[in-house]
Amino acid sequence: MTMKFTKDHEWLRFEGEAATVGITDHAQNALGDVVFVDLPEPGREVQAGEAIAVVESVKAASDVYAPVTGKIVEVNAALVDNPGLVNQAPTGEGWFFRIAPEGELPDGLMDADAYASHVESLA
Amino acid sequence: MADEVLLETPLAGLHRELGGRMVPFAGYAMPVQYPAGIMAEHLHCRARAALFDVSHMGQAELVGEGAAAALERLTPADVQALKPGRQRYGLLLNERGGIVDDFMVANLGGRLMLVVNASRKHVDFPLIESVLPAGVRLRPLPDRALLALQGPEVAGLIPTGMSFMGIGALEIAGIPVIASRSGYTGEDGLEISVAAEQAEALARHLLSLPGVMPAGLGARDSLRLEAGLCLYGNDLDEDTNPVEAALVWSMGKRRRMAWDFVGAEPVREALDNGPKRLRVGIRPEGRQPARAHTAVESGGATVGEITSGGFGPSVGAPVAMGYVRRDLAADGTSLELRVRDKALPARVAPTPFQPHRYAR
Repeated sequence: MTMKFTKDHEWLRFEGEAATVGITDHAQNALGDVVFVDLPEPGREVQAGEAIAVVESVKAASDVYAPVTGKIVEVNAALVDNPGLVNQAPTGEGWFFRIAPEGELPDGLMDADAYASHVESLA
Repeated sequence: MADEVLLETPLAGLHRELGGRMVPFAGYAMPVQYPAGIMAEHLHCRARAALFDVSHMGQAELVGEGAAAALERLTPADVQALKPGRQRYGLLLNERGGIVDDFMVANLGGRLMLVVNASRKHVDFPLIESVLPAGVRLRPLPDRALLALQGPEVAGLIPTGMSFMGIGALEIAGIPVIASRSGYTGEDGLEISVAAEQAEALARHLLSLPGVMPAGLGARDSLRLEAGLCLYGNDLDEDTNPVEAALVWSMGKRRRMAWDFVGAEPVREALDNGPKRLRVGIRPEGRQPARAHTAVESGGATVGEITSGGFGPSVGAPVAMGYVRRDLAADGTSLELRVRDKALPARVAPTPFQPHRYAR
C-alpha cells in the first residue's frame, strides 16, 4: 500500500480502485486545532488541482485540492462531528475522502522521501 | 515586506526556548502559539492561568501639570476624574470622529501611564505630543516589557488587594513592577509592566507558579473575541466612530456634556441621529467559522461585514463580530454570511459570547 504526497500537503493511499486522501501531519501541525471540515459531495467529478474541501482551524482556513482527476466515491462523515481527528490521526481516522482516479496520474506526486525533502525546503 | 526586519521583545529567547511559533505581528516577531496549541492555551486561560507577552504594545508616561486635561483634547474618556491607582479604557479620535486607537490610561499619582496598540504607537505618540502644552511631556517607555497573566487562578497566585482596573507599584518575586488588575481576555488577571532587563526573570518566575501556562497571540485573539473586545485594525479604524463601534460607554458623561474634544461634532451627530451601522456580535449557525472581511447579507443585499471571526473554544462554536446596517442590529436578527460563495445562516447575538469574570 504505497502512499503518495502532493506539494499542497495531501497524502494519497491507493487501495484497490480508489485512493484515500487526507492532509499530512506537517499540514495539520501548521494549521493547528481543526474545528471544521467541509467535504465534497460523493459522486462529484473533480479535476486534479481543484479546490474541493475546506479545513478550518481556530486560526485559519485552508483549501484542500483534488490530488488527482477522478470521482469522489466516499467522504469521512466522522469529521463533521469530530474535526479534531485531523489533528489526532491525520493519516488514519482523519482521512478526508476517497477518490477513484481517472486517466493518468499527475507527474507531481511524491513518495515519502521526496515529500520530506519538500517540507524541509519550506522551513 | 519580505526583507522587513522584525523587532523582538525582551522575551524572544524565552519564547523560542518554550517552542513558540514565531510570526510577524505589528513589526514584531511574536509567538502565535506554543506546542500546546491555541485551543489548549485558550481553555487553560479560562480554567487556570495563562501568561502572554504583550511587550510589543506601546507604553508611555504623560507627566506634568495638566497632563490629564491635555490628553482629553484627543479622547472623550474622562481622564481628569481618574483617581490615583485607577485605570480606564479610552479612544483617541481624529477630526472626523474616527478612532485613531484604543488605549488604556492609568493615574499613577503624579503621572499618567498609557498603553497603546503596537501597530499604532508610531501614530499615537506624535499625535499626543502635538497637542501637549508647555510643561506636559510624553515619555515613551521602550525599555519596559509588558506581561499579561490572565485567568481565574491569578488572584490566588498573586494577591494584590486591588479591584478590577486598579493599578499600582508592587514587587513580584523581588522584582519591582507596575501591575494593573486588568487584561483583554474577559478573565480576571494582571497586566504587569516591568523593566526590560528583568522581564525574563519575571516571566520565568510566573511560569514556575502552579497552573500557569504560556499562551500566544492566537489564544489572545480567540479569548478577546469571545469576550466581545475590539481589536484595532480589525474592528476599529480611522473611519469608524465610537457610536458605530458601540463604545459610547468609554466616553465620560462630563465629556458628553462639554463636547470639547477633537472629533466631537461628528460623534455628537452620530449619537443624536443614530449611526448608519453598528458593531454587533454574530453567531454563525453550524460549525464553520466566518472570518474577518466576510460579507454580511440580508435578502441578497450586502448589509455589512465581519471584522473579527473565528472559532470560540470556550463557546464551542464559531463566533464573530462585525458591522451591520442599524435596522438589522437587534439581537436575534437573521443574517447570511457569504463564506466561500455560500450563504451561511447566522444571527445577531449579544456580546460577550463568554461572560466576563472581572473582580469588580
